[in-house]
Amino acid sequence: MANLFTNFAGIKSPNPFWLASAPPTNSGYQIMKAFDTGWGGAVWKTLGVPVVNVSSRYGSVNYRDTRMMGFNNIELITDRPLADNLREIEEVKKRFPDHAVIASLMVESRAEWHQIVKDAENAGSDGIELNFGCPHGMCERGMGSAVGQEPKILKMIVEWVMEVATIPVIVKLTPNISDITRPALAAKEGGANAVSLINTIQSIVGVDIDNFVPYPIVDGKSTNGGYCGPAVKPIALNMTKNVAQHPGVQLPISGIGGVETWRDAVEFMLLGASNVQVCTAVMHYGFGIIREMKRGLEDYMDQKGFATIDEMVGKALPNVMHWEDLNLKYKVVADINEDKCIGCQLCYTACEDGAHQAIGLSSDPLNRTPFIIEENCVGCNLCSLVCPVENCITMKRKDDQTQHLTWKERTAANNVPTTFNDPLAGGLHHWVPEPMDAFKTKTPKHYKG
Amino acid sequence: MAEFKAPNTDAEFEQNFAQIKPLMTDNQAYFESSRCLFCYDAPCVNACPTGIDIPLFIKQIHSKNTLGAAQTIYNSNVFGYACGKVCPTEVLCEGACVYNHQDVPAIEIGRLQTFATDKAIRSNKTLFQLAPSNGRKAAVIGAGPAGIAFACEMRIAGFDVEIFEAKEKPSGLTVYGVAPYKITNKEALDEMDYLQKQFGFTVHYSHPVTTERDIQHLESEFEVIFLGIGLGRTSELGIPGEDKDGVQGAVEFVETLRMGHHQISVPKKVIVLGGGNTAMDAASESARMGAEHVILAYRRSKEDMGAYEFEYDLAKGVGVQGLFNAAPVEITGNGKVTGVKFIRTHVVNGKVETIAGSEFTEEADWVIKATGQAKRTDFLSLISGLERDSKGCIKVNPDTFQTTNPKYYAAGDAVSGGQEVVNAVANGKKAAKAVMNYK
Repeated sequence: MANLFTNFAGIKSPNPFWLASAPPTNSGYQIMKAFDTGWGGAVWKTLGVPVVNVSSRYGSVNYRDTRMMGFNNIELITDRPLADNLREIEEVKKRFPDHAVIASLMVESRAEWHQIVKDAENAGSDGIELNFGCPHGMCERGMGSAVGQEPKILKMIVEWVMEVATIPVIVKLTPNISDITRPALAAKEGGANAVSLINTIQSIVGVDIDNFVPYPIVDGKSTNGGYCGPAVKPIALNMTKNVAQHPGVQLPISGIGGVETWRDAVEFMLLGASNVQVCTAVMHYGFGIIREMKRGLEDYMDQKGFATIDEMVGKALPNVMHWEDLNLKYKVVADINEDKCIGCQLCYTACEDGAHQAIGLSSDPLNRTPFIIEENCVGCNLCSLVCPVENCITMKRKDDQTQHLTWKERTAANNVPTTFNDPLAGGLHHWVPEPMDAFKTKTPKHYKG
Repeated sequence: MAEFKAPNTDAEFEQNFAQIKPLMTDNQAYFESSRCLFCYDAPCVNACPTGIDIPLFIKQIHSKNTLGAAQTIYNSNVFGYACGKVCPTEVLCEGACVYNHQDVPAIEIGRLQTFATDKAIRSNKTLFQLAPSNGRKAAVIGAGPAGIAFACEMRIAGFDVEIFEAKEKPSGLTVYGVAPYKITNKEALDEMDYLQKQFGFTVHYSHPVTTERDIQHLESEFEVIFLGIGLGRTSELGIPGEDKDGVQGAVEFVETLRMGHHQISVPKKVIVLGGGNTAMDAASESARMGAEHVILAYRRSKEDMGAYEFEYDLAKGVGVQGLFNAAPVEITGNGKVTGVKFIRTHVVNGKVETIAGSEFTEEADWVIKATGQAKRTDFLSLISGLERDSKGCIKVNPDTFQTTNPKYYAAGDAVSGGQEVVNAVANGKKAAKAVMNYK
């Protein structure tokens, strides 16, 4: 039976699911409720000099019938007095001694950092997270992502914190930077015990096209916010991988960004995260979603034979290479299962207009099942991705599985195209229709008004 | 039986005849429109006789360009609202939806279509640009789906159009002949108002064209004449007792029901004769009007019925009882109907044969004949050179809908012998296009 217990940089929690520092961790009331529902830890809504917030604060990207596929906010750190927050931290720890309570902090001067670190420790926090990520409002005041984007300053503040901290310190990184490993390295050099990523991405989620103002709207005006939710997961996974693979960092990683189900958590862990933090999914569905996450993770671990979380952390990292190390001899082509095909022909139009003209249609109008033109298929996956039927289009391996040749090897052997019209151009081996053939291809009669 | 109490008020009538495809709410339309896959060369479009660009209008609804969606619909079909409600979508667009191959419910295209067109009708927005008058004149006989579709298309091209309608209201069978649970009178007429305001054709109501003089007058006044005259009264069965009190045609029954349901009191026992969609409607309607025992009698087997399966299901759903392989031989009674005498049948080499000695009688207070409508041969024979086929339908060129008298074009039931509203609209429009191409 899988054991979900985790020890993250010395912070123990009954499971790897923590609430991220955000509105769901604004109060002791919410965190008590969350722990009671099954959450393993919580990073308290960032403490500091209390702020004044605006109304309204959130914006959303809806896709088709799905609400909040992406989400942004212009809310700041806590607007509650520090003493109230500290008293509630104490109360939570008294009631839930085995759960992890991490104090997220954001202040300016060295003296303030020293004071607030001590206050957080005295209240009974299990760890500290330094908020160097907030990309709106606080950064204008020289905090949040303004720190996270300057590795030197980041390192200096981490050093201030480490001068007094006796509990584990996590540095939360901003993704609003071209190379996430630079601030990660700075955190390591400053002496941090772990990193968490990603914080939100600077964003505008949409524009009110009647009144010409982006969302969320504050008295007819708006400002950029921080983007999160399922839409940001691919960016967060990539940055997690980058930090995990960097030989100079080697710190425990808390994965953040669009985690909503156990599958998302597993993906972060396979790419190097030791636990995950969740916010948007809770803001959407409430604390109850932990039921699905915990059971799913346990079932997965049992099925794969992982006894502890540590056994699965980073399992996918050896399979993430540089492009130049991929096997150019590997060849797949699409295969349509005629029994499953429902005849929507989305694969046809996607390949025809968006890829390599490798799918054809029957001349019999009653037969709506498209066919693959194997010699044209470059194995791009597009048709299998647009197909609305599970496992209808699959990619079948066609090479003899004996050859292996990478771009790096071809470069070393002087076997790569180097001039504009080089005969080694990859596309020369692939058929492309003549431009004027565009007018010979039949299109549905209703396409042109 | 007696699931339905005989309605005494408008509210009770509306309850008994609740719309089977009610208008969607904004939320329903939003979620339903999100499901469309936007198929390439979409089978729903190809299944629509008017070729509406369905994936486009669904995408427009979803992106909240609802009037744009209505424009897309009306560009192809001026009966957009009515067709969304009365079309047999189960065998047309929705029947062709690829989701059917995946055991996922098909997109509710009909309801999305009425959702969009309803917004347009209520906004009163003008969607069409008419060409300046070209000084040419067209007459239309019959303000049904074919005639109105023809008129709209001709108006776009700049023709002056006058429609001569025998009845008091436009839209033909949409308001006079379709079952009330498919579309209400108000819905049908609101769309007609909307079209009339936009397209500016003239309709002369209660203006039947029947005599040779009428025809001569039209021929001298108008360059083109379109015949959208539909069909006539219910045909005679030719069996004894047909003249008894309580025997009536289905078309006449539905018309009375739609125009004045207060005047109708449906008795306890009703027998409907026929196996087509009109028979299903008449049977359903009798039950919804409070009849306790409704028998749908057809001389062949259930499988041989011309009606769509979902129409029979609808009738069964309100308690109608099927009686198959039974041919009526006599309507019994003393002045008033008391029953129908049937004889059992079987099919030998594709032909229905009666089984000697198998007669039996079913009791009835009413008999509704849904056994086809007569062609309007008397009227048609007044037009010179106008040929009809062996069934009495007007002969037309299948591409142009021009008749054998080149001044006349025709479409709708008078040509097809009885099809859907959507077919009449499609062909009325094709006829108009052909007029413009005719040299």
